[in-house]
Amino acid sequence: MNWKFGDNINTDLITPGRYNITTDPEELAQACFIEYRPEFRKQVRPGDFVVAGHNFGCGSSRETAAVALKHSRLQAVIAKSFARIFFRNAINLGLLCVIADTDSIEESDRLELNIQAQALRNATRERTLPIEIPGMMLRLHQEGGIINFLKRNGLAALADLEKF
Amino acid sequence: MAQTLAEKIFSNHCGRAVRAGDFILADLDLVMAHDTTCAWALEPFYQIAERVFDPKKIFIPFDHAFPSPSVAMSKLQSRIREFADEQGIPVVYDGVCHQVMSERLINPGNLILGADSHSPTGGGLGALTIGVGSTDAAIAMATGRSWFRVPGTIRVTVSGDLPRGCYSKDVVLAVAREMGPDGANYRVIEYAGPTVEGFNVPARLTLTNMSAEMGAKAAVVAPDDQTRAYLEENERLVDFEPLRSDAGATFERELHFDVSDLKPMIACPPDIDNDVPVEQVESEKVAVDQVFIGSCTNCRIEDLEVVHRMWKGKRVKEGLRAIVTPASRRVYLQALQRGYVEEFVNFGAVVSSPGCGPCLGRSGGVLYDNEVCVSTSNRNFEGRMGSPTARIFLASPATAAASALTGIITDPRRYVA
Repeated sequence: MNWKFGDNINTDLITPGRYNITTDPEELAQACFIEYRPEFRKQVRPGDFVVAGHNFGCGSSRETAAVALKHSRLQAVIAKSFARIFFRNAINLGLLCVIADTDSIEESDRLELNIQAQALRNATRERTLPIEIPGMMLRLHQEGGIINFLKRNGLAALADLEKF
Repeated sequence: MAQTLAEKIFSNHCGRAVRAGDFILADLDLVMAHDTTCAWALEPFYQIAERVFDPKKIFIPFDHAFPSPSVAMSKLQSRIREFADEQGIPVVYDGVCHQVMSERLINPGNLILGADSHSPTGGGLGALTIGVGSTDAAIAMATGRSWFRVPGTIRVTVSGDLPRGCYSKDVVLAVAREMGPDGANYRVIEYAGPTVEGFNVPARLTLTNMSAEMGAKAAVVAPDDQTRAYLEENERLVDFEPLRSDAGATFERELHFDVSDLKPMIACPPDIDNDVPVEQVESEKVAVDQVFIGSCTNCRIEDLEVVHRMWKGKRVKEGLRAIVTPASRRVYLQALQRGYVEEFVNFGAVVSSPGCGPCLGRSGGVLYDNEVCVSTSNRNFEGRMGSPTARIFLASPATAAASALTGIITDPRRYVA
């Protein structure tokens, strides 16, 4: 399913500061939207989408927000726009973030994301939405995050990021 | 090639002249990670390195939850301490990271990475100080470098003399109302104009700090004689290269504010651009449970001086909790030497140890359901300071101090001497 949210979903709503007292990603996933959408952590299923409006992930630099979403095993976060630090954290962790006009998507719609073709199909409404996935986001998602990429290729490979 | 101040600083750190849109790998002057974000940086760090690139260029302050309020937090801090000891980096317990860095470490022209969203604060000294997450901090600690897309600049020009009872906080809330919570996403905000030139560095740090709330990657004020005076006050080297945007530089957007008729402003929950004049809220007689004077936005000695003038010889409104958290050890000492701490305690306030205090709802003044807090900090999100139904109003130290006198949200102009 799709977990739909509005504009300016901040990092305090995703993982409230009071819950950021662990470095265990699974424990943190249990705090995801704990106060804002309490059923999320219990009902989210692998392959679900989080769908939001503008400026998703604004607020704190805490990477815990991106970690909690990643370990909720979402297929992707789809939003009209993302806040800068959250997007950077997502790139680094390999959490797929997709930019699209999300107004027409309902929670019960069946979405089919094809990252190779950079296409998002709303099967329920039988329409295809234009999407944008920056090259670096896509490549590091495929690499399993920047740390895995650097482990495989060495720290000098930082200079290669530009080519993505 | 005419460049913005930000383009010049990026150019100086990657060895070629760059402009907005360029992708670069830049050398960093300093990397900061604190007691929350450093904990998450350790695992990625050890996956790619054994030693930091230069222990002298890494700054690890404990400020978000210090002294530790829980066993869980103590566990995280203990791990960070082990890492710091092993790498030969001192852990610093002297107050909010951005304030301590401004006092001791940030120089004009620097490029600095901070694992904290309010990192743009340091731009008040004419540096580029950029907020990132823990993985970026880990890579920077290992390599001394980070990747950037050189951002465009939005220039905010402020002119006019500030009316009595208005401060740089009121100016930046007026800017935020216009800019919105993502109006500066991925951009640098450069503050300029006669009003900004007249602000001392502590007042400028409030402008740059709040820029994070508009999505800015960094915020900057061209270094000048005010910067020199601040460095001198803090017993620092005062020599720096002149640095400003060229006359023909390209700005993505230009905003102008005349603040001659500004009124004290307040950001109502739960958004930063929900700003109105305090007098408008005062008429609603909103009862206040807690007043927090603190955070990296507004708890420097100049702020405490304003509060002291308003509270001297008076008592806090019965039943209201007033909390003052000096931004740094240095500010705390200054407040002690000037007798402010004694006055604040006599007033009925709690004066707590330097650090982030209750700003992030982890300790030292966590709010319960439906409570109202007037805070000098920077974030009025739902649940930021505790219960998701608590309401946080952001304002200047003067507005916070006036509200502590009356028990309702109060326009400070009647109380400012």
